Amino acid sequence: MGARHPFSDFVVIGGGIVGASVAYGLAKAGEKVLLLDEGDIAFRAARGNFGNVWVQGKGATSPAYADLTREAANRWGEFAAALQDETGVDVHFRRPGAFYICFSEEELQRRSRMMASIGERATVRSDFETVGAEELRRRLPEIGPEIAGATYCPDDGTANPLFLLRALIKAAVAYGATYLPRHEVTGLRIDGEGVSVETEEETYHAGRAVLAAGLGNSRLAPQLGMVAPVRPVRGQIMVTEKVRNFLDFGTNFIRQTIEGGCLFGESSEEAGLDEGTTLPVLRETARRAVTAFPLLRNARVVRAWGALRIMTPDGVPVYQQSPGAGSAFLVTVHSGVTLAPFHAGDLVEALRQGRLHPNEYQPFSPERFDVQAA
Amino acid sequence: MFRPLDVTGDGAVSIEVEGQSRLVPMAPNLAAALLSAGFSPFRTTPAGAAPRQPYCMMGVCFDCLVEIDGVPNRQACLESLREGMRVRRQRGAADIGEKGGTR
Repeated sequence: MGARHPFSDFVVIGGGIVGASVAYGLAKAGEKVLLLDEGDIAFRAARGNFGNVWVQGKGATSPAYADLTREAANRWGEFAAALQDETGVDVHFRRPGAFYICFSEEELQRRSRMMASIGERATVRSDFETVGAEELRRRLPEIGPEIAGATYCPDDGTANPLFLLRALIKAAVAYGATYLPRHEVTGLRIDGEGVSVETEEETYHAGRAVLAAGLGNSRLAPQLGMVAPVRPVRGQIMVTEKVRNFLDFGTNFIRQTIEGGCLFGESSEEAGLDEGTTLPVLRETARRAVTAFPLLRNARVVRAWGALRIMTPDGVPVYQQSPGAGSAFLVTVHSGVTLAPFHAGDLVEALRQGRLHPNEYQPFSPERFDVQAA
Repeated sequence: MFRPLDVTGDGAVSIEVEGQSRLVPMAPNLAAALLSAGFSPFRTTPAGAAPRQPYCMMGVCFDCLVEIDGVPNRQACLESLREGMRVRRQRGAADIGEKGGTR
């Protein structure tokens, strides 16, 4: 047992936005938490993602996911306010609603039907509007002439994911959590009533373990009798120089930060663990951004990067508990920003009770993939 | 404050700074000329409106941004000095809209 870090109530493996949200919630609830993280060169979606708190269109195949997303987004305001109180860090959360920009009338109609069908099956309400070209020009004066319209949802928002990650870790530590970066987990096993976690230097012991290691979950989960069917899906993002504010609303692939930089990103690629950027994808993304807002022609791109989403086969989160109501849990999502209030809130309550109740968590069990395969 | 090295020769160049015609010393780049002429600040930051002066003089720090001939956010340390060029302080974020953008 590590002398410096004796027994913890919980060990959380993975210090991205998901792991840090869980660690923050647990520590705030009074649990003794150890948060183990990799170093700077880890695949870190938390530092590469777009920063949307995104509701519209989520859960097309899973009403439970639509509800989860809507509830989390509804809690984002108080969540951000609490983090600011606790840490002094403003995570730049805003919720003016967002437009999903459609490049053709057919795309607009298709999207509108999809959104309506989600709304019919979800139980948590979230409204949307189908906005035609003319009305869109009234609301977004800089929109380009080729844009056919947009779906607008007032429940969408944005946040700064870098500030969010910093605030979560700072708050977790303030509530007594121990944060250890550069502590890659090399092995895991169930150990009596608890879990043993090996790193290069030391072995740690905890009553319960939460795997929130993103793509690393696929390697770690089987060691505790679980599965994490995740694969990397690359997105490429660009950011411009800071320019005067012209876009208060969110959109599906362009957002302007409070400081003025504009982010563009919408690509999805199967590129393995390659975090790089490619000219054809960046060119197409920039072309569509300029079509959407022609004034962006005048903005210089100052940086571009790739990041890996942690994607399940159906794009819906996986929450699971190790066999026999065990002491290990797994969290795998690609919407760590949007779902942060849930991960630090209701999920933490379930973890503390030691049970993911089927009523709420069955839709997120990985068993759904076995059924499809059979 | 600045002592020019003897690399660019003597002489002065006439440019327009903040709408005023100014003679600035011949220098290897616009930022050096403006510094020699006592121009300050070069820009104010978009987020906090803090004043900034050139720092690295080699194209990295972006603290020497000015507007040149109507084009915002130019790095003065990477611009050659040209007779008659119009230079303005970069105030906060660039305006890229119809009114502000001339690119």
